Amino acid sequence: MTKTFKIVVLAKQVPDTRNVGKNAMKEDGTVNRAALPAIFNPEDMNALEQALRIKDRFPGSKVLLLTMGPSRAAEIIREGFFRGADGGVLLTDRKFAGADTLATSYALAMAIKKMNPDMIIAGRQAIDGDTAQVGPQVAEKLNLPQVTYAEDIMGFENDKITIKRRLERGVEVVTSTLPVVITVNATAAPCRPRNAKQLMRFKHARTLTEEQDNEHNSYLPIFSLESLIIPEWGVADVGGDEANYGLSGSPTKVKKIENIVFQAKESKRLTSADQDIDSLIKELISSHTIG
Amino acid sequence: MANFYKDNKDLKFQFQNPLMKKIVQLKEQDFKDSGKFDYAPCTGEDTLDSYEKVMEIAGEICGDVIAVNAEEVDKCGPHHENGRVTYAPGTQQNQDVLIQAGLYGMSLPREFGGLNFSMVPYVMAGEMVARADAGFANIWGLQDCAETIHEFASEELKNEFLPRINQGQTCSMDLTEPDAGSDLQAVMLKATYNEKTGIWYLNGVKRFITNGDAQIKLVLARSEENTTDGRGLSYFVYDKDWEGVQVRRIENKLGIKGSPTCELVFHNAPAKLVGERRMGLIKYVMTLMNGARLGVAAQSVGISEAAYREALKYAHERTQFGKPIVQFPAVYEMLAIIKAKLQASRALLYETTRFVDIYKAYGFIAEERKLTPEERQESKSYQRLADMFTPIVKLMASEYSNQNAYDSLQVHGGSGFMKDYPIERIFRDARITTIYEGTSQLQVVAAQRYVTNGAYLNQIKEYEKTEFKPGFSQYKKTLAEMAEQYQQAVALVAGSDNEVIDFHARRLVEMAAHIIMSYLLIIDSQSDDSFENSASVYLNISKAWNDERYSYIKDFAPSDINPFVSIKEEIVPEA
Repeated sequence: MTKTFKIVVLAKQVPDTRNVGKNAMKEDGTVNRAALPAIFNPEDMNALEQALRIKDRFPGSKVLLLTMGPSRAAEIIREGFFRGADGGVLLTDRKFAGADTLATSYALAMAIKKMNPDMIIAGRQAIDGDTAQVGPQVAEKLNLPQVTYAEDIMGFENDKITIKRRLERGVEVVTSTLPVVITVNATAAPCRPRNAKQLMRFKHARTLTEEQDNEHNSYLPIFSLESLIIPEWGVADVGGDEANYGLSGSPTKVKKIENIVFQAKESKRLTSADQDIDSLIKELISSHTIG
Repeated sequence: MANFYKDNKDLKFQFQNPLMKKIVQLKEQDFKDSGKFDYAPCTGEDTLDSYEKVMEIAGEICGDVIAVNAEEVDKCGPHHENGRVTYAPGTQQNQDVLIQAGLYGMSLPREFGGLNFSMVPYVMAGEMVARADAGFANIWGLQDCAETIHEFASEELKNEFLPRINQGQTCSMDLTEPDAGSDLQAVMLKATYNEKTGIWYLNGVKRFITNGDAQIKLVLARSEENTTDGRGLSYFVYDKDWEGVQVRRIENKLGIKGSPTCELVFHNAPAKLVGERRMGLIKYVMTLMNGARLGVAAQSVGISEAAYREALKYAHERTQFGKPIVQFPAVYEMLAIIKAKLQASRALLYETTRFVDIYKAYGFIAEERKLTPEERQESKSYQRLADMFTPIVKLMASEYSNQNAYDSLQVHGGSGFMKDYPIERIFRDARITTIYEGTSQLQVVAAQRYVTNGAYLNQIKEYEKTEFKPGFSQYKKTLAEMAEQYQQAVALVAGSDNEVIDFHARRLVEMAAHIIMSYLLIIDSQSDDSFENSASVYLNISKAWNDERYSYIKDFAPSDINPFVSIKEEIVPEA
């Protein structure tokens, strides 16, 4: 029998902070989510590709997305379907609201326990919070080994996984036992495109909440409604200590948020001559701006 | 993060055309596939929604992958070694991503792994691919070969070849030979039937074959001994795995450098007959060519779109005499004309595509059941429209793509002449469009009969019946006058001898095309105001172009042809 794996990909719906306009922040210094389109966190997309590659290599493997968020975050699961995932779970409950990284990773860990995967793969960090804490915290809570900064999942041998890590000054190849939590860098392979047939198959997939809110799209000739329903799990579904969820489980307190405006204090004019560029690069490296 | 579908609302506009509903109905036939395939649509709305969502996938790949690779692909090009071709790395990446996205075989039926899409989204994807990289548009567009197999080959061949298209196996159509270019009747490549093995073998040379090292080839060859014309030619399919074709060299071209253009040697290459013997050129290649001409028209519109965007961007960025050059009449006139020609080409492209869609869909329905007399009648009339619009859309869109690339480069000034901006590549890539799949001169030959038999005029009269909004009465009047003038020009030429008729043919075909394209832009303006500027620009300038042609024809005395004829006597002096 060929080996198969069950892989959970952690993915987050985030405001697209890469193309920030003037109205990206509200006056009180919080993110104006309405002004920024909600997207699939870019590094989670790299994580999804790593999972799909394992599925390519070991047919029969299952790739499931796990995301926490409001109802509209079901889009993350659909996006996963379009690119080749087998399903997913939306963690959604008012009791999860206001969670910092600790409460988030608690909720994710509780859900993962229920899903019982061989691997958990996540993006290194999300472009809204940029903490890179959730992946490692999930590993700690589940008492699993973790491999961060992964660039490529190279293979499996004797029940061990081999992973290439991209670090500041080079690469490192490590092995780990399974199950394992892996967080993936943006330097990893980009995610494959949405597939036309997958898109047409799963564009009607939705959560029961969406189904209730939405009267159209009720025509489902082949699929039983069940196969197109994206499960929603709340605190009651994943169990655990209610005090660890949401605001009450979040020790992080935001004291103050400031809007920083960068100002150019001094400027230098450079020509495009090789010499100038060379000295600029050397200067940037020595000042640790790059490299 | 570019999406060539989402950033161009003129594409979405095409899905709102009233004919789309009919096309979808014909294509999906009461949505019978929805009980068989889990990705088949269940309503017309569902179908159009899928078209749009899949165009978003294609648009994203064009913007984020193909366009990004275009410069490097142009520089690096394909590689030829040991009789085989390797794509430039960027070309291979484009190909891989499109395969992963499942976009190949877009128009094939679902039973063969296709998406069963109408021609409109398929042509649209071709347009977007060409905007991203015109050279890659050839590799993409050669899936047309599957259409020919689908239309004419036996069930056995369909089952053997068609499911492989969606998996991304590449195609080529091998027609041209050193001595058979525009005149395909002269094809010499020999097909010999071996009675013992029951297999055909191909021997000879093909030249200028786009993507010549493809997995699946359609080959035009002489199957009938002792024949010299088109009736001795048959059509064959060859699979690379059968071995027997070597790539002797690849051409070093002016443009579309990423697309490998091959010289091929066939040495006892096994092949299978497609359809009936002797029908190769007269039926199958003609159909394939019509599809390919539509493909080149789409490619041309994509190039025009790219040229327009580059010109507009540069005209805003570049400051001279204290203001961006877009502010100067000499520059904004060029931009407005580029845009008008672009939108006019696109309007004609999708009008033609809708006609093709309808008659092709009827063709496939006819395989399953007898068409009603009304359906047969309708199918025929759409086929006639498709046949008469195909040469003019190929002619006009390709000529405009060249003019637009030329003007866009001009807007760039000296910078446009340098390798630093994409426009120099776009300019080079545009050049082939008026040449291959039948030169502009041959499109005129194909279109000429519809001038003579009044078909263009009839269609112009149909457009004349459209209800226009108030405020368009002046346009309507001008167009009616232009139709009248065209009619007179046709009458003036009609009595002349054949030499003079051929001499004026292009003028007359272009006059008809200008009127048709003006109508289409004005019809589009009825439902979307954003077309009105281009409609006005295009109509006014078309009127001037037609006046010039009319004036030339009117004043042309039979003896005026003589100075042209005498050029035939001149030869290049020996050094």
